[in-house]
Amino acid sequence: MAMISNLVNENILPKLETAHNKHKDQKGILEVQDLSAWYRNTLAIKHITMTIQSQTITSIIGPSGCGKSTFIRCLNRLHEVSHCGRVEGCVLLDDKDIYARDVDPVVLRRRIGMVFQKPSPFPTMSIFDNVAAGLKLTQFWSKRWELEEVVEKSLRLAAIWDEVKDKLGQSGASLSGGQQQRLCIARAIAVEPEIILLDEPCSALDPASTLKIEDLMRNLAEQYTIVIVTHNMQQAARVSDMAAFFMMASDRAGELVEYGITSQIFTNPRDKRTEDYITGRFG
Amino acid sequence: MSKRMYLRRTWFNRIMLGLCSVAAGLAIMVLALILGYTLTRGISAMNLSFLTNAAKPVGEVGGGMRNEIFGTFILVILGSVLAIPVGLMAGIFLSEFASPKVATAVQFAADILAGIPSIVVGVFVYAIVVQPMHSYSALSAGVALAIIMVPIVARTAEESLRLVPNSMREAALALGITRWRAVVGVVIPGALTGIVTGIMLAVARIAGETAPLLFTALGSQFGVQGLLKPIGALPLQIYHYALSPYRDQQQQAWAGAFLLIMLVLGISILVRWISNRKHN
Amino acid sequence: MVIVAILLVLVIVLAINAMPAISKFGFSFIGSSSWDAVRAAFGALPAIFGTLLSSAIGLLIAIPISLGAAIFLVELAPTWLRGPASFVIEMLAAIPSVIIGLWGLFVLVPIVRNPIESWLGSKLGFLPFFQGPPFGVGFLAAGFILAIMVIPIISAMSRDAMRAVPDQQREAMLALGATRWEMVRQAVLPYCRSGLVGAVILGLGRALGETMAVTMVIGNSYTISSSLFSPNSTIASKIANEFSEASSGVFVGSLIELALILFAITLVVNVIARLLLWRMTSVKGTIE
Repeated sequence: MAMISNLVNENILPKLETAHNKHKDQKGILEVQDLSAWYRNTLAIKHITMTIQSQTITSIIGPSGCGKSTFIRCLNRLHEVSHCGRVEGCVLLDDKDIYARDVDPVVLRRRIGMVFQKPSPFPTMSIFDNVAAGLKLTQFWSKRWELEEVVEKSLRLAAIWDEVKDKLGQSGASLSGGQQQRLCIARAIAVEPEIILLDEPCSALDPASTLKIEDLMRNLAEQYTIVIVTHNMQQAARVSDMAAFFMMASDRAGELVEYGITSQIFTNPRDKRTEDYITGRFG
Repeated sequence: MSKRMYLRRTWFNRIMLGLCSVAAGLAIMVLALILGYTLTRGISAMNLSFLTNAAKPVGEVGGGMRNEIFGTFILVILGSVLAIPVGLMAGIFLSEFASPKVATAVQFAADILAGIPSIVVGVFVYAIVVQPMHSYSALSAGVALAIIMVPIVARTAEESLRLVPNSMREAALALGITRWRAVVGVVIPGALTGIVTGIMLAVARIAGETAPLLFTALGSQFGVQGLLKPIGALPLQIYHYALSPYRDQQQQAWAGAFLLIMLVLGISILVRWISNRKHN
Repeated sequence: MVIVAILLVLVIVLAINAMPAISKFGFSFIGSSSWDAVRAAFGALPAIFGTLLSSAIGLLIAIPISLGAAIFLVELAPTWLRGPASFVIEMLAAIPSVIIGLWGLFVLVPIVRNPIESWLGSKLGFLPFFQGPPFGVGFLAAGFILAIMVIPIISAMSRDAMRAVPDQQREAMLALGATRWEMVRQAVLPYCRSGLVGAVILGLGRALGETMAVTMVIGNSYTISSSLFSPNSTIASKIANEFSEASSGVFVGSLIELALILFAITLVVNVIARLLLWRMTSVKGTIE
């Protein structure tokens, strides 16, 4: 019995589901295989292997500095944009390595969207134009009403439509912090990615805004695969289906310690380090 | 996104970024062109007699710009002597003693003064110095150059002084030193590199200025005659010789340009080197 | 302080000394095109026209090159190249104007005469801009020279403005699937646009007042002509050329009045530029 439940708690379960999903031809599965990343010559994360399930919310938790942000920035190939970022290993999106030579990051980033820690609406654009910014890149001559549909849908999904529907022409920077972040979420959704990455989206916000965003994430998960980095364990426990615990190893590089179903990670972690972190012995 | 649109965007991206690189290359190439031409033409026209002889009448070979080189030297010193105290005082005032509102106003005025065309400065000095004296003079030229120098010295001094951490000022005051003493003894030495490089940049700037000299120094055929008489200067002579129809004088213009550019660029590179060393 | 005093005194003195001309001509000075020492009839119009047109041409050439160079320096250049390349472009600003004029006279003008002006004249000669004999000296050469002098200023200030754009803005744009250029165009440039405009206007101020290099390549005749090939004058070049020969009070007064006009123009331009730049640094606080 114990062995079976252990099996269930292993990484095997995610992998089984992967095979199952391949069968069902679902989109939005990210398989990370032996991923390592450097800043200049410093190793930031090493040998990360995990599979992110489709239409789940996966949280990346761990103490600060252990490479969580670096990790998800590797998932949409944003890490290499900082001038000295380097990556080894592969990340398979629907069985295609995103780091393959013939993959253009520009196309990839349409399928994997990102919301950042600091809300960054474009201040010179109106709220409407902010949400439409990604769309306008590929539809130069859209009629305004075509855009309007998508903009409204995205703002509704981001749970901010009612608050801004009367002031769509105002600058994106005129909103409060929490509203700005939801605007950024709407902006990311508008291009209809398969996967949405969120890098500590609530760490700069007040508790009320944080709760609003956590609520809307559950709605989003019905359509998108979500990966969220958070240093707030309670948030991870509330929101996510799967959790991955990262930690700095002795060589100061981050590694994946444990990955599994959230409830199991929090109530019955397998690794002692996970248990120490969860119970607050450090971090 | 259709394949066609993707290709469009990719190609547009490459073209625009390529154009930007071309632009940068153009800017650098122009500098290389000007520098290269001046250096080669100038070196071939340069000889010892250029440096040691005075200008000869038209038709005679072997003339030089000895007097004008000396003249530039004198004018730079004159301008600096007048400008450095005023500029430094202004910079110290702006950084250490001025209230924010006054500081903004004076900074604004200094920036405006720095933006005045040098020929307007020359006309101004003509009106207040040359006309009353009824004579062109080195003194008037020095005044004109000083007016150009003052805002540069003041602003760079101010910025360098502001970079000195407040903790140093507070530490000095806590020892019971008076405000003024603290500035002179502690803050200024801390900003010395920046102040000196600012002065050097201002010197490089006025060494090459011609317009304000046109009707203040005027230029002189008789060498240096004292501060109250007209005086020749290197950039002025280059200008006159460049427009002359005589080949020999044109050659000398290039030699003079070579000398001037070595001076100016030399100072600029030195300044850059000092700043880099300080930051590392 | 002393600085403010100098400024005020300057204006007053110039105004006083221009008096002989002002009292004789009044405002018609600005509108008149004659320049005759013998008959003591002076007018500023061609000089003003020359100043404005030559600066306009110079800016037209300089702006795309400066902006492109700035984008290269901030977004494209590898880290090791940035410092040296910036330094080189700034060196261009340090070259004394008279040397650029010398080079312009002996190197640029012949090239402008042939092949540039002859080609333009033969192919596009039906346009009024490209008519007239190709002298080489004239507005076109002056425009090129002014562009060379102004590029370092505009690109250095644009570079600083663009560097101040926070990286999060760039990343947000990239994360939406933008190409590099689209990121620059949509996220970087709009963010710092007042800084860019300020840089350009500052460059304009410099071009308007530039004396030596322009004087040497602009040809020094005094007409209003629509052709870019025509030799002409700017306010600065006029003053530079004639001041030492000016004998009568009205002659000198006219030249001083020209200086006053130039001062006024550059003052307005510089003030606008400074205000814009000042606004940029203080408004940024609210953008965040």
